[in-house]
Formats: sequence, C-alpha cells, structure tokens
Amino acid sequence: MKYLDLFLTFARIGVLTFGGGYAMLPIIQREVVEKKGWVSDAEVMDYYAIGQCTPGVIAVNTATFTGRKILGNLGGIVATAGVVFPSVVIITVIAALIHGFANFRPVQDALAGIRVCVCVLIFNSVLKMWKKSVIDKVTLVLYLAILIASVFFDASPVLMVVIAAAAGLIVKGRAKA
Amino acid sequence: MMLYLQLFWEFFKTGLFAIGGGMATVPFLQDISAKTKWFSASDLADMIAVSESTPGPLGINMATYVGYTTVHSHHGPAAAVLGSIVATVGLITPSVIIILIIAKFLEKFRDNRYVNAAMYGLRAASVALISAAGLSIVLISVFQISNIRQFRAAVIDFRCILLAALILVLTRWVPKIKKLHPVVFIALSAVIGIVFHMSVPL
Repeated sequence: MKYLDLFLTFARIGVLTFGGGYAMLPIIQREVVEKKGWVSDAEVMDYYAIGQCTPGVIAVNTATFTGRKILGNLGGIVATAGVVFPSVVIITVIAALIHGFANFRPVQDALAGIRVCVCVLIFNSVLKMWKKSVIDKVTLVLYLAILIASVFFDASPVLMVVIAAAAGLIVKGRAKA
Repeated sequence: MMLYLQLFWEFFKTGLFAIGGGMATVPFLQDISAKTKWFSASDLADMIAVSESTPGPLGINMATYVGYTTVHSHHGPAAAVLGSIVATVGLITPSVIIILIIAKFLEKFRDNRYVNAAMYGLRAASVALISAAGLSIVLISVFQISNIRQFRAAVIDFRCILLAALILVLTRWVPKIKKLHPVVFIALSAVIGIVFHMSVPL
C-alpha cells in the first residue's frame, strides 16, 4: 500500500508540473514535505540541486531521489514511474489526435503559428540559462566553440558534452596551489 | 522489434548526455532526427509546443511524443503506444541508475571538486547546444530552410516575423503578461496561425 501511495503522490506531481523541472520544486515541496512529511525541505532542495547537475530530466531525478529516501531502491523506481505515468497517457492521446487531424487545414495553420512561438520560448529559456552558465571567458569560449561546431559542422552533441566536461576538469579541477 | 531497440538506445543516450532539464534533450532529438529521419525538424517544433502546453515534465513529454510518432509512421497507431513507452523508459533508465548510485554518496558528490569542475564546463555546453538547436528551429519555422548553408533560399514571410516580434515583446517586456504560462502564448499563436492561414505561403 505504501508503494501505491508513493506512486499516486508522484503521479499527482507529474500532472501538476507544467513545462519543466523548474516548475516542479514548489509542487514537490507541498506534496511530499508538507502533506506527507516523508522528507524534509532541506533534503528536497539537495535532491533538486543534484538533479540539475546529473544527466536526465530534473523532475525524474528528483523523484528517484525522494522515492529512494522513503522506500529504498524500489521506492525510487516506483516514484519515477509515478511521475512519468500521466505524461505518457496524456501525450499518447494528444499525439494520436494530432496524427488523426494532421491534414486538416486549420490544424496546419495553427501549428505554423505555434512553431514561431516555440522559437521565442526557446530563445527566452536560452537567455535564462545563459546568465547562469556563461560566467567568464572560459565558459564564453566554450559556448561559442560548441555553438559554431553545432551550427556549421553538425558536431555530435554527445561529443560536445564529453569535451566540455573535460575542459571544465582541466580548467577548474586542479588542486588549489 | 529492431525499431523498438533502436528507439530505446537513442533515448538512453539522450537521457545519459542531456544535462540541465527538458530543453537540454532538444539538441539530442535533433541529432536523432538527422540520423534516422524518424521525424522531421518541423515535427520537432510541433512536439516542443505540445510538450510545453501539456502537464508533465518537458523531457518526458518529448520522449513520449517522439516514440509515438516514430512507431506510428512504421507500424500504425496501436503499436505507437508501445513506442511512446519504450522511448520514455529509455530516457529515464540512465538517470534512475545514476541517481540510485549517487544517493549513497550524497554529501561527497555535492562538494566534490571534480564534479563541480565538470559541471562548470557542462553548463556552458548545455546552453550552447540548446542555442544551436533553437537556431535551427528558427530557420525551419520562420525562414523555411533546413540548414544555415541554404540561407539564400530563406523565405521572408512577414507574418512569421511579426508574430515572433509580438510574442517576444509579450513574453519579455509587458508587465504581468510576461509572467503568464507559456500555454497562453502557444494558444494565441495557434489562433493567429489559423486567422492568417499561416501554413499557406504568401
């Protein structure tokens, strides 16, 4: 029963999260800390901070962490399944509808307008991330180099990520003299 | 069967290398689109729009959508449901494994100099990759070319430019309105798209 409760709680968090992991923090705090008292506020903040700097979707990382804290490794998996469950159902239904109506003129017109809007939304989120990530000369050079490699030379993003991690280690990883 | 395995593998890689949230999956999805032709670059823009305007984490929504679309075009709608599950499970598998391991060494991980140093480089890489992905979505959605090298073929459609300017102003400079949820701007753009028949070239 505890597992079911965990699953349902995280499914609720999944439904209430709109957009991305950033919107999820206040919701997870309300559901898991305030309503259930399963973990403390400080723990959630820690999980969230680490969730941002480990691979994958932040919401999933935070869910795995919290679930593991409450009910062990299986708990981590159950909480993760819970947080993705609503998305899978909702998106599958929407994708099916869009495929069904794709040749319908107004749908194509609407999508043409929406695509323009998406460009602006991405631009806004790039700006927000830029302020936190490109903080000195080294990161500016890395940013420009990867941007140019991606735009003009179709560089593999996996390779770019590996190079950037290595560059970070070389520049900042040495022991303080 | 091969298609499902491939789908799982591509999303597994995305989950392993996309760092910094849902938008960070976009450059990897673009790479998948270029390599496999499972979906087009303009499909990708539609997927981002749908994922932003529906409940659930962005990255998960994208994976589900791509999984559905990919299998749908090969095996039809019933099999497509399995495709959406396979892609999503692929995306989350690496992070679940990594988190379950890291959780055991939580304190050490947070304060580790090497982790922080790698993150310093990774954050810059993440925003660069998303910028590049964003640029190619602009090229395809606004200028209707698939690559910056084709800039001579760019279509200048003033409806697209005006709509982009309108949304930019609303989301950045108009007090109160700029705080609204993205779904509002997506809905507004859909209405404008329908009113001005934006899928038909001028």
